[in-house]
Amino acid sequence: MLKASLTAIVPILLALGCMGILLAVLGREPFTFYADMFQRGLFEWEGFQESIIRSAPLLLIAAGLIVAFRANLWNLGGDGQFLLGAALTAGFAPSLLDSLGVWPMLIATTLIAALIGAAWTIIPAVLRGRYGVNEIVTTLMMSFIGIGVANVLVKGPFRTDVAGVARTDVVPFDERFPLLFGTRIHLGFVIGVVAILAVHLLMTRTSLGLRLRILGASPRAALHAGLNPVRLTVIAFMLSGAMIGLSGAVEILGVQGSFRADFDPAYGLLVIPLVFLARLNAIGSLVLVIVFSVIQIGGESAAREAEITSDVLLVLVGLILVFMAVIEYFRVNRGLGTAFVPPEVADRIRPPGGDSPSGSGPAIGTGEVMPR
Amino acid sequence: MVAAVPLLFASLGELVSEQAGVLNVGLEGYMLFGAFLAFVVAYNTGSEMLGMLAGIVAGAGGAAIMALLCVRMNLDQIVVGIAIILLAEGATSLLHDAAYAESRPSLDAPSELAIPLLKEIPILGESLFTQNVIVYAGIALAFAVGWMLHRSSAGLSVRAAGERPEALDAAGVSVVATRVWATLFAGGLAGLGGAYLAIVSAGSFTPFITQGSGFIAIVIAMLSRGRTSWTIVGSVLFGLSLSIATALQLIGVEIQTDYVQMLPFIVVIVVLVLFARRSYLPSALALPYVRGEK
Repeated sequence: MLKASLTAIVPILLALGCMGILLAVLGREPFTFYADMFQRGLFEWEGFQESIIRSAPLLLIAAGLIVAFRANLWNLGGDGQFLLGAALTAGFAPSLLDSLGVWPMLIATTLIAALIGAAWTIIPAVLRGRYGVNEIVTTLMMSFIGIGVANVLVKGPFRTDVAGVARTDVVPFDERFPLLFGTRIHLGFVIGVVAILAVHLLMTRTSLGLRLRILGASPRAALHAGLNPVRLTVIAFMLSGAMIGLSGAVEILGVQGSFRADFDPAYGLLVIPLVFLARLNAIGSLVLVIVFSVIQIGGESAAREAEITSDVLLVLVGLILVFMAVIEYFRVNRGLGTAFVPPEVADRIRPPGGDSPSGSGPAIGTGEVMPR
Repeated sequence: MVAAVPLLFASLGELVSEQAGVLNVGLEGYMLFGAFLAFVVAYNTGSEMLGMLAGIVAGAGGAAIMALLCVRMNLDQIVVGIAIILLAEGATSLLHDAAYAESRPSLDAPSELAIPLLKEIPILGESLFTQNVIVYAGIALAFAVGWMLHRSSAGLSVRAAGERPEALDAAGVSVVATRVWATLFAGGLAGLGGAYLAIVSAGSFTPFITQGSGFIAIVIAMLSRGRTSWTIVGSVLFGLSLSIATALQLIGVEIQTDYVQMLPFIVVIVVLVLFARRSYLPSALALPYVRGEK
């Protein structure tokens, strides 16, 4: 456990170092930047609360990604699922609030968000499960469509009569997620933590988790074990989508209160490096997401101070991913430890059941085979 | 039509790369690198040509990262691809902000070349056949690539690298080298596509200018099933759906931009649902090749 945490820290440190150099090249003071970042993100109570608040949706996204990734299913549709969950929550919340009251509204909207997130994964899931269509492409496409639909909804049926940028009706502060213990941290954070723990238990202690992991390791093995890859694929995807959709609800009900048109923080892609860094382990992801939230909140503030775009954090995340991959290469090569993904998923060196009849591999077209 | 060109270049490159077994998820990143560097060079030198060249170099540079990490070091292609996209988005946004936040420059109108006879065709002639030189080069390139893939031994090596790398290795050709070249080719072309986007299509660079074109290009490459004629068709189709907004406005039809922006992606999903069984992918796609491993 300790060694695992150490190896997770190293890429982050390397990436931070690299970014420091980049900052220096651009004429900004790296040390001041980092000082600002940690000051704001971690040491100031206000800032730390912000970080925890920011981590709430990210935790849910991480939980959703882990369920899919461990089954070797690339759910890259996170952004679409997140925004749809958020849009529907923001759209229905005001009217539900009036007719039902606070708690029923909260429960109803979170359910709706989870459902739409799950529903949004069905097409990619079926295409992948039954026909072997690459889910990277399908989830991405659905994501873009989802972003569009969310915007259409917000600019259309859900729009409230306010001049300026289109947005939904604001849910009054008192009627959102309750706050915890006199801090500004809201219930969403608890939901996020619960989700992570639930996924951890699911993956490590339940038979469903085992089945999903087998599917991830080798669809052929899954077939031999009598599992149904299509059903498992759909289940995994829907669970994943549901959690990410829920994260959208958390963002609205916990932080934003309404959905502004063209709102898109693109969390879906950002969380991916974090879950990999944690080797798709749920508890590890919990820690790393919080660490990252600190970096993000602090970084946004530091970026403003340094008069630089906050997109600089994208570079940081990309670097973390790269360094992580490179370090794993060296570790595996020198026999120092396990691969950065659980051994099941690392076995993609072998063809993923390409000749299995259930179509889990790509379909072979006209025989373009090298003549001998 | 103009929107189709970046897609055409990027998907052509990706087609070759996929045939060799490398899935460049980071294609969007190569395009961004290409667009940015092309813009910077074109802006500072005033030369379109140099800008385009810069785009190729930048894209290939991005692909070099992929080649090194995935082909040579056998790291996971998808993870690295995502990393490249994040890096490209962040870096180009950062550099653009640092250099041009105040000034927001743009380039002069791009040069056009009209084909004499064909230009005279009524209605379509003027717009279809008066394009930047690069466009004609692109179409020619598509045919050239198609010929190369299916009728030359280089193309054979490429396809073998994707289909059965062991066979290629047994024949004495370096699988790694083949894949590296294919990846760089994809990067260079994607960079060129990005360059076109910045120099000709938009006239300037804005962060995230590619708006998912890289992913569409990946889909086009997958749907092309190894035949470049389909690549051209796909690019035109998606290019049309991308630019249909402006076209509709010209005709006077008012449709919300969001609907229109979704259109290409919906088209992709529909196409995939209809043709799921027929998407052709090489067997060894996205799998690292390690010599001697069973």
